[in-house]
Amino acid sequence: MNDAQGKGAGGDALARFVGVDKSYDGQTLAVRGLTLDVAKGEFLTLLGPSGSGKTTTLNMLAGFERPTRGTILLAGRPVDRLPPYQRNIGMVFQNYALFPHMTVADNVAFPLSVRGVAKGEIAQRVKRALATVQLEAFAGRRPTQLSGGQQQRIALARALVFEPSLVLMDEPLGALDKKLREQMQIEIKLLHERLGLTVVYVTHDQSEALTMSDRVAIFHDGEVEQLGQPDELYDRPRTPFVAGFIGENNLMVGTVASLAGGLARVMLAGGIEVMATPAGALAPGAQTVIAVRPEAIHIAASAGGENTMPAIVRSRIYLGDHQRLLTEISNRLVIRVKVPAATHAAQDAPILLSWPAADCLAFPSAGLADVTLNEEWTRS
Amino acid sequence: MLLSPYATLLDRVRVFALLAFCGVVLAFLVLPIFVPVPLSVNAEAFFTFPLAGFSWRWYDEVLNSTQWREAIWHSLVIAIGATLLSTTLGTLAAVGLNSPRLPARRAILAILMAPLVVPVVITAVGAYLFYARLGLASTFTGIILAHAGVGSPFVVVTVSASLTHFDDALFRAALICGARPLTAFRRVMLPLILPGVLSGAAFAFVGSFDELVISMFLASAQQRTLPMQMYVGLREHLSPAITAAATLMMSLSIVLLIVADRLRSRR
Ligand SMILES: Nc1ncnc2c1ncn2[C@@H]1O[C@H](COP(=O)(O)OP(=O)(O)OP(=O)(O)O)[C@@H](O)[C@H]1O
Ligand SMILES: [Mg+2]
Repeated sequence: MNDAQGKGAGGDALARFVGVDKSYDGQTLAVRGLTLDVAKGEFLTLLGPSGSGKTTTLNMLAGFERPTRGTILLAGRPVDRLPPYQRNIGMVFQNYALFPHMTVADNVAFPLSVRGVAKGEIAQRVKRALATVQLEAFAGRRPTQLSGGQQQRIALARALVFEPSLVLMDEPLGALDKKLREQMQIEIKLLHERLGLTVVYVTHDQSEALTMSDRVAIFHDGEVEQLGQPDELYDRPRTPFVAGFIGENNLMVGTVASLAGGLARVMLAGGIEVMATPAGALAPGAQTVIAVRPEAIHIAASAGGENTMPAIVRSRIYLGDHQRLLTEISNRLVIRVKVPAATHAAQDAPILLSWPAADCLAFPSAGLADVTLNEEWTRS
Repeated sequence: MLLSPYATLLDRVRVFALLAFCGVVLAFLVLPIFVPVPLSVNAEAFFTFPLAGFSWRWYDEVLNSTQWREAIWHSLVIAIGATLLSTTLGTLAAVGLNSPRLPARRAILAILMAPLVVPVVITAVGAYLFYARLGLASTFTGIILAHAGVGSPFVVVTVSASLTHFDDALFRAALICGARPLTAFRRVMLPLILPGVLSGAAFAFVGSFDELVISMFLASAQQRTLPMQMYVGLREHLSPAITAAATLMMSLSIVLLIVADRLRSRR
């Protein structure tokens, strides 16, 4: 895991975006100021909400779209004038894009036959590629005669058969059901490790991104809001958007009262005072967004500890290994709490919530667009 | 089917009137087409019913006289040439028009479709005056070019219809697999839009094979086509051989249009 960061920062970038802008209509930017390195051998995921520019980024790398500004380099060479068919990139599309008029074997053979590889060698390599995805028995079938998961594996075989330097995947598992998706995630990850592939993967499923990737780039509104390893994004988000997008977070607006000893004293609505760790430049009097994860909150036995406040249990969801509580604090905001399954918490019972200042981040609240803040409790 | 279970008398009358009307329209549309068929096997040289007896003599005349055979040959050459040309150009045009990046798509489409709405006589006169300057009047090349111009819109329409069912991701997939655009077209796009291409070709062929007005303007006796031969025959010496030729032509057209329809529904 540790070398992933080294890879990302290192000089052996396989692909590199330098100050890339992309506009389709000449007015709005679908991708803005993108500077990003893809290291050799890494699994990099582009994660973000719908319309945030992930596909656009991938399509520019593939050569389907041209940057409006900036440069893309592949293996150190600018590729502004290099068409897709000369980039030696493998790609898996969301809806597989298998050629319906060809057999499975012909689909997988296609990249080799257009490269003029000899017939005998094609047959061998197709066989090997189909074996890699465990579908040798289906060589003679048409893609339409396969299940979704099988089609996806054929698409994978077609993208890998010519041993491309880089493999792109645009929501390759989007059309599969949950179970199959998890199985394919493991298969793709194993292939990545076994074949030493460099993968740029697009998804808007954050758990998929966290489980598969060496590094994740969080896209928001055409920009990379944060780039880092999964645990880094989870533990040290740099913006309220990332904090809310990766995992679950309680997000509340407040004002910085004072800064001392590496901590910020934040006043929330209703006069609630919270100690938090600054995650950016804060100044006294400035507005801030604090974030605290449900699992960082525990039920305290007595008042007076750090960030300890009374709350009322409004709703309780039992989930087997743990339970989730929706609690209402004195300013009527709902706080989500994750507690052990054995914790006793009755409906409408008063409890004390508490969380360490180290687990509570305070962000400069520059951009609150697409940030879902905690809401007030509404009696139904 | 047209009647609800609670139909009133008025409903019944209305539905009956509708059916009767449709029947009359169909009869007026279709019956004239089939009139030559019985006449073409009439033993006598009269255009009248009842028939005098059964005979293949008019088919014999059409298929064995030099004049008719030449006309059929000319028509075939012209129709095949025009079909190849309009199918190629029409397919390319449809593929180009399918790209969202093409500027002024609607204007270009309108121009390509113009032969369908401009009266044929205008097209014919225009082609004659224009081709005469270029030395293309009274040549097979000229007639083929003019027929291709009229046939292309059919191909554009049928291929465009096929393309609406073509997933652009397939073309991109072919490109990223390493196929040059022409290879991607030939190996991925063309096989998938082939039904549209072929049915467009069938329309273009029938359109050229039946065409009279443009041929009259552009062709001299050396290029006399089958429809011209029929027309001339009709004016000069009324022979039932025309009905035999008409039946043959009609059969070919019907077969081709059925093929085209099959192809389109198969997609
Ligand atoms: N071909 C196009 N023409 C015009 N605008 C486009 C085109 N493709 C994308 N856009 C716009 O660019 C922005 C980014 O789109 P993009 O497809 O890259 O988003 P995405 O992150 O892949 O979203 P999703 O998760 O929904 O696939 C969107 O606002 C979209 O409307
Ligand atoms: Mg997308």
